[in-house]
Amino acid sequence: MKVRAVEALARAIYEAMERNAEIILLGDGFGGLSPVAREAFRPVWDKFGDRVMTVSISELGLAGAGTGAALAGCRPLVDLSTGSFIFQAWPQVVNEAPNFYYMTGGQSCVPVTFYSLAGIRGAGAAQHSHATHGMLGNVPGLRVLVPATAQDFYDLMMWCLLESQDPSVFLSHALLLLEEGELQTDVWNPPGRAAVLREGMDVTLVGMSVTVLRCLKAAEMLRERGVSAEVVNLRSVVPLDVETLLGSARRTGRVVIADECHRTFGAGAEIAATIAEKAWRELKAPPVRVATADVPIPFSPPLEERVIVTAERVVEAALELCEGRRS
Amino acid sequence: MTPELLLGLYRQVCRIRYFEVAVERLIHEGKVRGLVHVSIGHEAVAAGVCAAMAPQDYLLTGHRGHGHVLARGADLYRTVAEILGRAAGLCGGRGGSMHLVATEKGIIGATGIVGGNLPLALGAAYTSLVLRTGGAAVAFFGDGAVGNGAFHESLNLAALWRLPVLFVCENNEVAEFTRREEHTRVARLVDLARVYGMSAERVAEGADAVAVYEAARLALELVRGGGGPYFLEVTVRRLRGHYVGDVRATRRGALEEREIEKWDPVLRTRRRLEDEGMRKDELDVVMAEAEREVEEAVERALASKEASAVNVEAEVYA
Repeated sequence: MKVRAVEALARAIYEAMERNAEIILLGDGFGGLSPVAREAFRPVWDKFGDRVMTVSISELGLAGAGTGAALAGCRPLVDLSTGSFIFQAWPQVVNEAPNFYYMTGGQSCVPVTFYSLAGIRGAGAAQHSHATHGMLGNVPGLRVLVPATAQDFYDLMMWCLLESQDPSVFLSHALLLLEEGELQTDVWNPPGRAAVLREGMDVTLVGMSVTVLRCLKAAEMLRERGVSAEVVNLRSVVPLDVETLLGSARRTGRVVIADECHRTFGAGAEIAATIAEKAWRELKAPPVRVATADVPIPFSPPLEERVIVTAERVVEAALELCEGRRS
Repeated sequence: MTPELLLGLYRQVCRIRYFEVAVERLIHEGKVRGLVHVSIGHEAVAAGVCAAMAPQDYLLTGHRGHGHVLARGADLYRTVAEILGRAAGLCGGRGGSMHLVATEKGIIGATGIVGGNLPLALGAAYTSLVLRTGGAAVAFFGDGAVGNGAFHESLNLAALWRLPVLFVCENNEVAEFTRREEHTRVARLVDLARVYGMSAERVAEGADAVAVYEAARLALELVRGGGGPYFLEVTVRRLRGHYVGDVRATRRGALEEREIEKWDPVLRTRRRLEDEGMRKDELDVVMAEAEREVEEAVERALASKEASAVNVEAEVYA
C-alpha cells in the first residue's frame, strides 16, 4: 500500500490510541498546515477528541505537562509545532525529561514523545528552519528519531507511543510529510536499526530525515556516472546503529554523510568520527560531511539554496572521494 | 482536629528541623558536598500541606525539598543517605539534595530548576483525570519562581484545562539573594493566580502548621471536587541563607527576638498546640523522639556504603 508520510503518521497515532488508553495528545497540529494533513488526522480528532488537549502557545508548559504526565503513568505525545520552537521548551526537553530515570536511580521512567516539525522547509528564514538532532543527540537520556520514509513515520511513532519507556524527540520534517512510500503495518521496526535502502559497491551515502531522499537521488545520479552508491537511512540518531554504518563503510571504503545540521558540531561530525575511529583501516579515504553551512538560514530562495544539503552536493562529494581527489 | 493530627503536625515540624540542623552540621563537617538548601523556617508548610494530602496525590518538589519528602513519608534514613550520596539513598546517590524522589510515596519529581516543577504538576494532575485516581498534584515552589516563564505558562494552562493542581507558593520574600520588592512589583502573589482564573488564598502565618493544614485541606477538597486549580500562598521567613554557607544571607539581617517567636515554625506551632490544649510533656516527648529518630538515621547513613561507580553508565535509558 502506498501512502503519504503524514497519512502513515496519523494512522500510527490512531492505531496506538486505539490500543492504549494512556496515550494523550497535548496539541493538535501534528501535520503542519497542509489540508492533506488535516484530512489525514480527522479520524484521530473524531474518535479520540477527549484525549486531545487544545493548547496555548506555551511550549515550555506543554513539554513539562507531557513530562509530568509520563512521570505519573500516562504516555503523552506533545506537539511542539515548528522545529525551532523546541527551544522555547528546552529546559523541560533537555533538563527535566531525560534526567529523571537516571537521576532517580531508575524509579521514574518518562515515556513522553515530543513531536517537532524540524528542518529547513524553504523560506523559513533563520528562526523557523532549525535541524535540532545534533543538539538533542548530545543529551543523554533522550531518544532522537529522524524518520525519512512513510514506513519510518509509522514504525517510529508506533514505537514511541506503545513501547518506549524513555523521552523521545520525534523529528518530523515539513518536506517529507507529503512524500509517498510503501507502508506495511503488521510489525514495526524500532529505532536503532538503520535501513540500507540501496546497495552499492563504491561509496556509502548516509542520510537521516530529509537528506535520505537527497541521497537516493544522488545515488541515481552517481549510477549514471558509473559509480555504485549504497544508501543508509539512519532512522534514529539516538540510538545510532553503529553496526550497520560500519558494515557499509567497510564494504565500500568510502563514506559521505549528508546531514541537515550545521556542519560544525552537527550529527554528521559524530557519525564521521565514529566511523573513523572504528573502521579506519578499512577506509580508502576519510569520511566526508555534506552539511548545512555555518550561517543562520537566509530567507531569500537563492541564498537558502546555497547553504543547504542537495543531491548535487552529495554527488560532488562522492565523486571527489571516488576519484581520489580527496584522500 | 484530633489530638493525633495535631501531634502529627508537631512531630513533622520537629523531624524536619532536626533533620535540617543535622544536614547543616554534616556540611560544616565536610561530609556533604555540593550546594544544599535547607528549609529551616519553612517546616510548617511541608508538615501542614502533606498532612492534608491523600495517598493518591502526586507531589512535585524543588531545590528546597527536604521537608516535603520527609513530611510525605519518604524514609528518613534513605533521605539523609541520598544527601550524603550513599548507595542506600532514595536515588542510589544519583540525585542528591535537590532531587529527592520516592515514587512509592507519590513523590514523582524533584527538580533543581526554579519553576521547573510547575509544568510537571500539570501533567501529573491531568493523569489523575485520565486514570481517574481522584487525586491531585501538589507543586511546592518559592516566590522566586514567579519571575520565571514556566510559572505563568503553568498557571494559565492549569486554569484553562481546569486541572486538579494545588500550587503551594512558599513566599519567604527572597528569591535566592534578591528581596521580593527588588524582583517583582507584584506585592500579593495571590493576585497573579486570580487573574489566570483560579482560586487563591494566602496563609499569613506560615510558621503555624495548624493554619497551613487547615488552608491546604480546604484547598485540596475544592481541587479534588473538580473546582480546578488552587493557589496557596504561604508567608514564611527563610531563617537561613539561600544555601548552607551563604555569606550574603547576613545582609538581610537577623530577625528580632519577638519576630523569631512568630516565624520559627517549631516555636510557633508549639504555641498554637499549647493554645489548643495539648499537654507540654506530651509535646516534649514528641520532640525528643524526633531528635532521636534523626540522630539514629544520620548515624546509620554515615556508616552506610558509598555509592559504587560500577554501574555509573547504567539506567540512562529505561
